[in-house]
Amino acid sequence: MDEKPILRHSVTERMVHWTIAIVFLFLFMSGLALFHPVFFWLAGFFGGGALMRWLHPVTGVILFAFFAWYAAQVWRDNRWLPADQAWVKNMSHYMRKQHHPEDTHKYNAGQKLMFWSMVPIIAILLLTGIVLWQPAWAFDPASRGFFPPAVRRLSGILHAVSAFAMFVGIGVHVYAAYWTKGSIRSMVRGTVSRAWARFHHPAWYREVTGQPEGPQGGR
Amino acid sequence: MALQSLDIKARSASTSPSPSARSTFEVAKMVDASRCIGCKACQSACMEWNDLRGEVGVNVGFYTNPADLDDQTWTLMRFNEKEVGDSLQWLILKDGCFHCADPGCLKACPSPGAIIQYSNGIVDFHQESCIGCGYCISGCPFNIPRMRKEDSKVYKCTLCSDRVSVGLEPACVKACPTGAIQFGSKDEMLLYAEHRLDDLKSRGFASAAVYDPPGVGGTHVVMVLPHGDQPEAYGLPKDPKLAPLLAIWRSAAARTLGVITMAGVAIAGILHYMRHGPLEVPGEKEG
Repeated sequence: MDEKPILRHSVTERMVHWTIAIVFLFLFMSGLALFHPVFFWLAGFFGGGALMRWLHPVTGVILFAFFAWYAAQVWRDNRWLPADQAWVKNMSHYMRKQHHPEDTHKYNAGQKLMFWSMVPIIAILLLTGIVLWQPAWAFDPASRGFFPPAVRRLSGILHAVSAFAMFVGIGVHVYAAYWTKGSIRSMVRGTVSRAWARFHHPAWYREVTGQPEGPQGGR
Repeated sequence: MALQSLDIKARSASTSPSPSARSTFEVAKMVDASRCIGCKACQSACMEWNDLRGEVGVNVGFYTNPADLDDQTWTLMRFNEKEVGDSLQWLILKDGCFHCADPGCLKACPSPGAIIQYSNGIVDFHQESCIGCGYCISGCPFNIPRMRKEDSKVYKCTLCSDRVSVGLEPACVKACPTGAIQFGSKDEMLLYAEHRLDDLKSRGFASAAVYDPPGVGGTHVVMVLPHGDQPEAYGLPKDPKLAPLLAIWRSAAARTLGVITMAGVAIAGILHYMRHGPLEVPGEKEG
């Protein structure tokens, strides 16, 4: 039995993933400070409120750029397949470890939902963030800024709601990675064991190795 | 600030009650447009007391100068040229902060203590806490706060909170040569405004009215307008209100609920792990 590990995430993909993670943490902490006064003290990590207000939108553009690259790499593997419907139907059993689908490709339906929810959320955060950004030079007194106040108020609501949804999504993502042993390793060192690939992503295993699952399929 | 620091009614983005052991009566500035002669003494006095000097501008075709409020112009005489009946009139507005009882700027501000409302009704910006987001500008129903490009801080009329705190009237009030600007307790000012209305009505200004818009809880700068049925002619919003979107955007309840839910996600993860344990490949030890 060939037990050579399988490459799941290239080194560039891993580095971009963790860049996004660190940038997200930065954005989450500074955003939380502005979201609720209970957390305004977090502004201290960013050199105070004024500097934080300057850094947050700049960092947001950085996250968008890295995520756009990342999405361009992984969207093909996240296309919705008929089998994904069945995974969603059995999700509660999956979470209780009572059901394990046989036809999972590189990403399971949960991972795909995570990916496809992040695409519009990050797009909305970028667009509304640009409206809220409006640095001092863009405040033309006559028009009360490049974007009118009503547009900024609406953007403020959408930005907060999307950021909340993003936190929930990322929270589930982080927990799922911790829960599914071996997946953090795959995003740090790049590889997974053959048994891991067979167990979690059997269809992907067949694709990359050209082998059937074999007797050690794990079930 | 002295003991004025005890007389606080509301602070932006703050989580504890404001110090409320003492409270003062509400003050108000009353601007009587019918007695204004357009001399701009109030505008000069504001610059003088607050030590503000705008850049020398250009004439833009009417008597208002500069053309708009800015970080160096906290009060501005606006000379609205309007045809009233068969005559052309200057409907002069002394523009500047109205010091709303329900201030949209304070509601919008995310920086603790950057905007303060004193119990006397004055709404004051503390620029040292301003982070330059401009949310106050998006929250103001009167389009008053102005961001200074050089320091990304927002400025507006303070109602001379420094003078008022030591028992003086605002500089514009002191400078006005015709008594068109009065200062005192809000009750007194409203009473005085009623007398002015009686006088105006007896002189044929049937639609004269006091501008103290209830949509923002009333203001601490009230106006006597000879053509009170059309505040728009003076450049004032007819019925200024806090935007409904502002209440949703800055809703403390929604935000607190959001934070609790986010904490809930973390707790749910811990509970799930305790209940079900990790998802491992059967028979494989993680290496």
